Amino acid sequence: MQARPNTSGADTAFHATLVLAGLGVVTVLAGVAWELLSLSGEALSKGGIGFITGMTWDPVAEEFGALPALYGTLVTSALALLIAVPLGIGSAVFMSEIASSRVATVVGVLVDLLAAIPSVIYGLWGLFVLAPLLREHVQPGVQKLFGELPLFAGPPLGVGYGTAGLLLAIMVIPVITAVSREVLRAVPDTQREAAYALGATPFEVIRGTVFPYARSGLVGAVVLGLGRALGETMAVTMVIGNRYDISASLFAPGYTLAAVIANEFTEAFSPHYLSALAGLGVVLLGTTLILNAAARLLVRGVRHGGAG
Amino acid sequence: MKTTMNGFGITVVAIAMVMLAVPGMASAQNLTGAGATFQYPLQSKWSSEYGKAHPEVRVNYQSIGSGGGIRQITARTVQFGATDGPMSNEQLAEAKDPILHVPVTLGAVAVAVNLPEVTKTLDLTGVVLADIFLGKITRWNDPAISATNKGVVLPDRAIAVAHRSDGSGTTYIFVDYLAKVSPEWKNKVGVATSVNWPVGLGAKGNEGVAGTVKQTPGAIGYVELTYALQSGIPTARVQNPAGEFVAPSVDAVTKAAAGAAANLPEDLRVSITNAPGAGAYPISGFSWVLMYLQQQDCSIASALVKYLWWGVHEGQAFSTPLHYAPLPASVVSRCEAKLKSVTCNGSPVL
Repeated sequence: MQARPNTSGADTAFHATLVLAGLGVVTVLAGVAWELLSLSGEALSKGGIGFITGMTWDPVAEEFGALPALYGTLVTSALALLIAVPLGIGSAVFMSEIASSRVATVVGVLVDLLAAIPSVIYGLWGLFVLAPLLREHVQPGVQKLFGELPLFAGPPLGVGYGTAGLLLAIMVIPVITAVSREVLRAVPDTQREAAYALGATPFEVIRGTVFPYARSGLVGAVVLGLGRALGETMAVTMVIGNRYDISASLFAPGYTLAAVIANEFTEAFSPHYLSALAGLGVVLLGTTLILNAAARLLVRGVRHGGAG
Repeated sequence: MKTTMNGFGITVVAIAMVMLAVPGMASAQNLTGAGATFQYPLQSKWSSEYGKAHPEVRVNYQSIGSGGGIRQITARTVQFGATDGPMSNEQLAEAKDPILHVPVTLGAVAVAVNLPEVTKTLDLTGVVLADIFLGKITRWNDPAISATNKGVVLPDRAIAVAHRSDGSGTTYIFVDYLAKVSPEWKNKVGVATSVNWPVGLGAKGNEGVAGTVKQTPGAIGYVELTYALQSGIPTARVQNPAGEFVAPSVDAVTKAAAGAAANLPEDLRVSITNAPGAGAYPISGFSWVLMYLQQQDCSIASALVKYLWWGVHEGQAFSTPLHYAPLPASVVSRCEAKLKSVTCNGSPVL
């Protein structure tokens, strides 16, 4: 189709508006990055690489290192994705491929409701329901079974990396499910019908035709979920134990970047302290950018390898 | 540093102006304050009660935390700040013009414990408390704890320490007390609104600490007195310098302030933890309003000083129902002197 010649000028205005909107987003991101960098300049220049590799967070002695919080952010997010990706994509497949349309609608509405719950509610639920449940019933049992493993060492506190990861998984599942469902629905029915016509079973249809077609969209869904897990603050801080330390045990208390910032920003009493908190923001922003870039490369690789 | 503060400040002012513009009372004098969350329930009660008697003044208090209060008053984006920990000399120097500390109420910190086996109230000395939070005393049947709890069978249970994860004036008062009774705490950990805790779990807010303590048998934590009284969580009695074990209560906190009043410094920046006097509860502290001694806008200055004058007099009546400890008379007279010293363009406001 050929575009009509521009007669009214409305197209020019429309074009300009869109350019402004696009630039606006970039400007906001650049502004945030600039503000964070200028605010954190003092801590980053004083600490250097030690700010990222440091283990201590002592506001009184003004000694600041980000590593335990960075570790906690990565561990809880990884754990959340480990649980949420199979469950989220699985439920999306169920809704788009297996369930009758009435069941799929009901499940879909429920999943969307799950996504609408504020994170502080998740946090309180995690603290008052999930954590005691894990402490009383799950963690002692796991320790009885795998008592030797350092992964499950330490007293069962109910809060820690594991609880935070589990809670994050519950929060991330609706994001992954909702996006995956739309992606799977966009797979043309002709693809499925062709595979069925060749005598494929439902499993073969899903694995052989639906997934390859939807793969890059599914990766996008996981990236969105990861974004939510990395930045989640309120719910995590309630169940992670807020201990500035690194531990291999999933039962041990830890900390995340976002949680430290949220906890300490309002009462930061010295410029250096405030600057160190902004430094954590820079580390978090950097982590998010790196992981997002990696995911984009992954999507690109998938698109080139698997479009067929 | 300076520019970012102003940027943040401008945002706050813009938000405040939008909020204040909505009711549309053109003639009303707006006072904006910001700071300690601890004061928020009292300030909002004051604001509504004062507004009934003085409809021409509208007080808007934003509970953004003590650190935020200090930053906002330094940047002059609010007419008054509020804090649970006094400003340091460096902070005062950064503000350039002299800032007054006016005590408006008292805060205290209760020690909450969860020992299912023990029904009697525990008696703890300051040193024992510090050693528990230093991680030196790790079990409830430690001889140091039984020494002050004769007749109580203490269980052989691990102590689980819970502390605030968010920066808080409650933490400041608590660790300030620990630093006074334990030189080791002072050297190893120090005093601030957040510290590098040697042991324990961090929980967000009073409700987080109370929740952790309630759920974990063998736990010990600290919560704001108001919160402890409202939630009815079991608390320990703490030894004061007179050797008495005192339960946390509004009366015992006012007694601590009265005990410390004799030695109040000129600028009223004082810690009253471990205060002398019979019946004084040792883990308590002032909560202050911060304002500039030399005001520039005389109508604002007059409204602000009158509001605070009302607060330290009539306003104190609202303390006890909200579980705040009222200021003792000896401190109120010091506040009066401070408020009378405020000037606007060189002439006294009151």
